[in-house]
Amino acid sequence: MDTVADKQKREDSLNGVGCSRKRKEDARFIQGKGNYTDDIKMPGMLFADMVRSPYAHARIISINTEKALALPGVHAVLTAADLKPLNLHWMPTLAGDVQAVLADEKVHFQYQEVALVVADDRYIAADAIDLVEVEYEELPVLVDPHKAMTAEAPILREDLVGKMEGAHSTRKHDNHIFNWQAGEKDATDRVFDAAEVTVSQDMVYHRVHPCPLETCGCVASMDKINGKLTVYLTSQAPHVVRTVVSMLSGLPESSVRIVSPDIGGGFGNKVGIYPGYVASIVASIVLGVPVKWVEDRMENISTTAFARDYHMRGELAADSNGIIKALRVNVLADHGAFDSCADPSKFPAGFMHICTGSYDIPVAHLNVDGVYTNKAPGGVSYRCSFRVTEAVYVIERTMDVLAQKLGIDKAEIRRRNFVKKEQFPYTTCLGFELDSGDYHTALEKVLDAVDYKGLRREQEEKRANGELMGIGLVTFTEVVGAGPSKSCDILGVGMFDSAEIRVHPTGSVMARMGTITQGQGHQTTYAQIIASELGITSDEIAIEEGDTDTSPYGLGTYGSRSTPVGGAATAVAARKIKAKAKKIAAHLLEVSEDDLEWEVDRFKVKGVPGQEKTMKDIAWAAYNNVPEGMEPGLEAVDYYDPPNFTFPFGAYLCVVDIDKDTGVTDIRRFYALDDCGTRINPMIIDGQIHGGLTEGYAVAMGQEMPYDEEGNLLGNTLMDYFLPTFVETPKWETDYTVTPSPHHPIGAKGVAESPHVGSIPTFTSAMVDAFAHLDVTHMDMPHNAYRVWKQIKALGLLDN
Amino acid sequence: MIPSCFEYHKATSIADAIAKLQDNEDAKLLAGGHSLLPMMKLRFSEAPYLVDINGIEGLKGISIDGDTITIGAMTTESELIRSDILQQYCPLLVEAAKLVADPQVRNKGTIGGDVAHGDPGNDHPAVMLALDAQLVIHGPDGERMIPANGFFLGTYWTALEEYEILVAIKVPALTSGTGHGYHKLKRKTGDYAVAGSAVVVEMNGDVVRDIRIGLTNVAPMAIRAEAAEDLIRGKRVDDVLLKAVEKAIVAACDPAVDLRGDEEYKSHMAAIMARRSIIQAIENAKE
Repeated sequence: MDTVADKQKREDSLNGVGCSRKRKEDARFIQGKGNYTDDIKMPGMLFADMVRSPYAHARIISINTEKALALPGVHAVLTAADLKPLNLHWMPTLAGDVQAVLADEKVHFQYQEVALVVADDRYIAADAIDLVEVEYEELPVLVDPHKAMTAEAPILREDLVGKMEGAHSTRKHDNHIFNWQAGEKDATDRVFDAAEVTVSQDMVYHRVHPCPLETCGCVASMDKINGKLTVYLTSQAPHVVRTVVSMLSGLPESSVRIVSPDIGGGFGNKVGIYPGYVASIVASIVLGVPVKWVEDRMENISTTAFARDYHMRGELAADSNGIIKALRVNVLADHGAFDSCADPSKFPAGFMHICTGSYDIPVAHLNVDGVYTNKAPGGVSYRCSFRVTEAVYVIERTMDVLAQKLGIDKAEIRRRNFVKKEQFPYTTCLGFELDSGDYHTALEKVLDAVDYKGLRREQEEKRANGELMGIGLVTFTEVVGAGPSKSCDILGVGMFDSAEIRVHPTGSVMARMGTITQGQGHQTTYAQIIASELGITSDEIAIEEGDTDTSPYGLGTYGSRSTPVGGAATAVAARKIKAKAKKIAAHLLEVSEDDLEWEVDRFKVKGVPGQEKTMKDIAWAAYNNVPEGMEPGLEAVDYYDPPNFTFPFGAYLCVVDIDKDTGVTDIRRFYALDDCGTRINPMIIDGQIHGGLTEGYAVAMGQEMPYDEEGNLLGNTLMDYFLPTFVETPKWETDYTVTPSPHHPIGAKGVAESPHVGSIPTFTSAMVDAFAHLDVTHMDMPHNAYRVWKQIKALGLLDN
Repeated sequence: MIPSCFEYHKATSIADAIAKLQDNEDAKLLAGGHSLLPMMKLRFSEAPYLVDINGIEGLKGISIDGDTITIGAMTTESELIRSDILQQYCPLLVEAAKLVADPQVRNKGTIGGDVAHGDPGNDHPAVMLALDAQLVIHGPDGERMIPANGFFLGTYWTALEEYEILVAIKVPALTSGTGHGYHKLKRKTGDYAVAGSAVVVEMNGDVVRDIRIGLTNVAPMAIRAEAAEDLIRGKRVDDVLLKAVEKAIVAACDPAVDLRGDEEYKSHMAAIMARRSIIQAIENAKE
């Protein structure tokens, strides 16, 4: 037999790393056979619905639940007064603040949770919430974060008055949450003072919502006989939820089981713990029956975890050739009424200090102030690592402004400032060690693919005809894979992740991870990693996640951490199994381990054809014929604490044509080159990139959570909130380079968030570019037709 | 997103439906349900009694008799789009229906519901004005027919009297020298118009013999841009005239401010949509 061909055939049959294996998840999703939280039905289950505040800021004078309780089918109405004896009327947030579970004396934002009604069915519950009578006294409302720390601002958090030591810093004002800084202020200021050229640009990264198709919800079930609480909950971090529920309820962690069933998208919206969960759990404990609570769409958009709301100023100091000498970034962060950001504990502004981007910047200073306003809490990372979208936006926008000021092409200025290939690993002046990169190659590949010079020529002609055409360019670097537990923890739990792999006697595999898939395709890709490591076909490898009773402890899936951390744990656990398998193979073949070599799916005795044991042979032997002194079985667990983050990067280019009459923008072309290191499943990567670009398009071009002066949220339905369909979505062109991560066991970096992080500033870059010849340096998102038309009008470009 | 309790009655005939409207206070007709049900789910509208007219025979279908096309009020948007008669003799309705909401809504939503609801954001009212449609109405006192022009009185307010039901719509078949256009600016699929405009022109060579311009969602109800029509009637259309027409349309608009835009933007967009529809209509008339 042709051994090369045979080897290739065996390799292919593994469906391992690098192949576009079809998603294992799709069969059930495409057939509508997924099992989501709202599909869970339990005997005797009751339904909860929430009474919410119509006001953004008001004192609660009284709550009368009598009429609601009198409605047949209503079992309970919980208010803060009911939770107070349990000390559960407030709960700790992941950011070191506290949040009201049910409004205690005051409401701080419109739609805040005031009372939970529990009834026989959803319909009775919905009628009952209308019968709960709440008397409010309206208070002055604070909407604008720029006014939060003024003398005349109303004080929002009466519970914090006088407590000037916050979780992260001293507070300067009762509406101040924290100040956080990175870099060297004085050194940076000195460079700015002496610089040949400086630019400064204010920009608002508006408030948006991740808006997963499945809203948040849970089914809490307290079994009073065995004392066990089971909660089905659509969570991106089920193990952390278990720990928090145990801490809040006083139940031993072994008596709490959290199950994340199929999840209909998370995008950061499902990391935190929400009042609805806590109130439902209390209701189940009190009533002794399962209680289901599921948000409707308006509740989801209005109350659970928004993203962004960063008011930023980016400043660059450079020489006349555009070589950057220093970066200064100031941020005013609107966190809403409670600080319930989901960031690693020591990073109240997430990884905003990745704002030095892909560039070799000698010195920088970042200053972030977080403030309270009368808006829903949140500040999660919507399809990005912690605040990385904001960081990439501010540096990429400010780079464009610098290029414009100096009259240097925006591709050229990036070329001049990139961290060079040979500089990696490169430590940024704000403290990240970029693991690997080849930015020049990525950029040139994109410019060639789209004929960048040709596009610029075309743009000149169009401008001469009075037409509006823009070219956007972004070269981003992300930081994902949180993270090394020496710097990253959540509530004190280090941000490692885990995998447990069991090889059965017949050579099939069951593996469980501490992460949880929510569209990423873990059941497909983790199996590919194991297949390549162990030489067992991925079709015989089952992946399970999300049940805290069975899977090893992990921090969950967000911030593109599954592949960098969970994927690493999977590879390392597989390697532990392989090491044991090698010992068994040596025993079976009666040779020393040193005489063995690995080939695809088997150990072979070097130089002795035919003397070999496949992984299947070894698996069988592991259960009946192991070397003396070795315990039987073939399993391994790995808790992987990464030595560093990973730093995916990319170069994106966008071409837009703007209709001057209407302000409508046509995304003519979008070219996205991503480098996520080793590619596990190219088809899934393409899908991830298409999804991320589409969500990026949504954010840049339409999504927004507009509040009026009274704190009313004006757009909380899908009529107003922009969720693009296939009709609106542009055509995406994708490309890649491969620069493996040197510290990751298989060199993979994570990919799902790059397209979101990278595309958003690309759209803005293109929109501004369409007006750049008219001295426009920046336009705030969303770039919807109405706002663009106003820009056109302000520039006097309308025909009449 | 759960409505309050309501009673439901499936009407067996128009007379039955009218009787139920008379017998039950605040009863509402249920056609396609795609305007009414969301309002009930949001509890913006309390309808204690719904009279479902989906099962009534004879309220559906499209026929042509001489120069007149008759469309049953319960004909769905999807049925309008697929109709051979409309594609040949009234393509304006087909084009407008294609821009209504999304496929799911178009499969359930009806032309009669769209017209009778009185929502200025609905697409068909402006189309009815441009087509000079006649509306066939049944009530306790029998049948009457009234022109669409004058039917739309305000937001959720039409010339329908108490207990009356819109049963059919009559529109003229396209004749030689007639052209039409519909343009709608919307933020995304499924949205109401920022502004829309339906135009029908009758040409005499290069000269516009007659024109009707209907406007969507730029006033409390669908309106005719009569001042603009007067500018065009009897003229050859050129850029200078179109500029004047745009100004007249902006002046005719009185839109509500919402996230789609302020008064100025919406009024200007109505003018742009009208201009595009006029140009399209004149082009169509040549074919």
